[in-house]
Amino acid sequence: MSMKVQTRQVDGVTILDLSGRITLGEGSITIRDAVRDVLAKGSNKILLNLAEVNYIDSSGIGELVSAFTTVKNAGGELKLLNLTKKVHDLLQITKLYTVFDVKDDEASAISSFTK
Amino acid sequence: MEKPKNPASLTFGPTTSTLPSSLSSVADDRDEGFTGIALADSTTSRVSFTLDSSLDSVNKVELTAEQTAQRAGFDEDTATHVAMAVREAAVNAVLHGNAYDPNKHITASFETTSDALIIRVADQGPGLDPDSIPDPLAPENILRGSGRGIFLIKAFMDEVHFRQLHPGTELTLIKHRRPAQPGN
Repeated sequence: MSMKVQTRQVDGVTILDLSGRITLGEGSITIRDAVRDVLAKGSNKILLNLAEVNYIDSSGIGELVSAFTTVKNAGGELKLLNLTKKVHDLLQITKLYTVFDVKDDEASAISSFTK
Repeated sequence: MEKPKNPASLTFGPTTSTLPSSLSSVADDRDEGFTGIALADSTTSRVSFTLDSSLDSVNKVELTAEQTAQRAGFDEDTATHVAMAVREAAVNAVLHGNAYDPNKHITASFETTSDALIIRVADQGPGLDPDSIPDPLAPENILRGSGRGIFLIKAFMDEVHFRQLHPGTELTLIKHRRPAQPGN
C-alpha cells in the first residue's frame, strides 16, 4: 500500500505531511522511518499532519503510539494535526484521543510547541 | 490514495456451507472478485476463498469484505467498519497465526443472509486464547505499540466467536441487519 511523507519546517517545528493508508507493512514502516530521520537530524518537535490519511489499522495506531513515546523519550513533543473523521473516531474508540495532543489548525499547533 | 486492488486473482476455494433448498441460481461475477452462490431472494449468498499468508491476501480479504457489506445493503460507514474488522482478523491470521509461513493458508468466507453478514477467517497457526489478550484500554496498556486488533474487531462487529481448529483458529464475525424501527 502506498503511503507518502513530505517534510517541511515551520518555526522550528518539523511537519510531516502524511498521505495514504497507515497500515501493517509499508505504511507503518514509512512513518517509523520518517520520525527516526527527524530525530536523527536533531529536531524533536514534530507535527504529524494526517489530513490526507483516511485509513489507519491497528498496526498504524501502534506506530503512532510508538512515534509518540519515542519522541517523548527523546525529550521532544509529537502532536497530531487535521484528523479525518475515520481517524478521529478510531482514536476515540481506542481512548488515545486524549493521550495525543490533537490540533486542527496548523498555526496554533505550531505556536503550542514549547519554545 | 491507493486502495487494495480488486481481488480478481483470488484463489477460489469451495463454498463451505450446505446449500439450502431455495437455491435457484449460481452466480459467477468473477470479474468483480466473487464466485458464489446467489439464492432466490437475492439477499443470501456464500463465497469462500483460500489465500496465501501474505499482506496481499489481507488487502484482498479487506476489499472483499467491504464490497460484500455494500452489496448486502449496509451503509458506507458500516461497510467500512466491517472491512476494518475483517482486515484485523486477516492480519491476525497471517501475522500471528501463520507467521507468514508460505506453506500455510488462510481461509475467508462471506455469507450474506436475510438477517446478517457472517464472515469467517481461519488460519493454520498454533491457536489463540482470546482471554489471554490484555485489555488495550487499561492504563498500563494504553501506550503499547500493539494489541488492539481483537479489540477493534469486537468494537466494529455485533458478534465475535473464536473456534479452535486442529491446527489453527477460526474467527466468526457477525454484523446484523437492523430491522426498521417503527416510525422511521
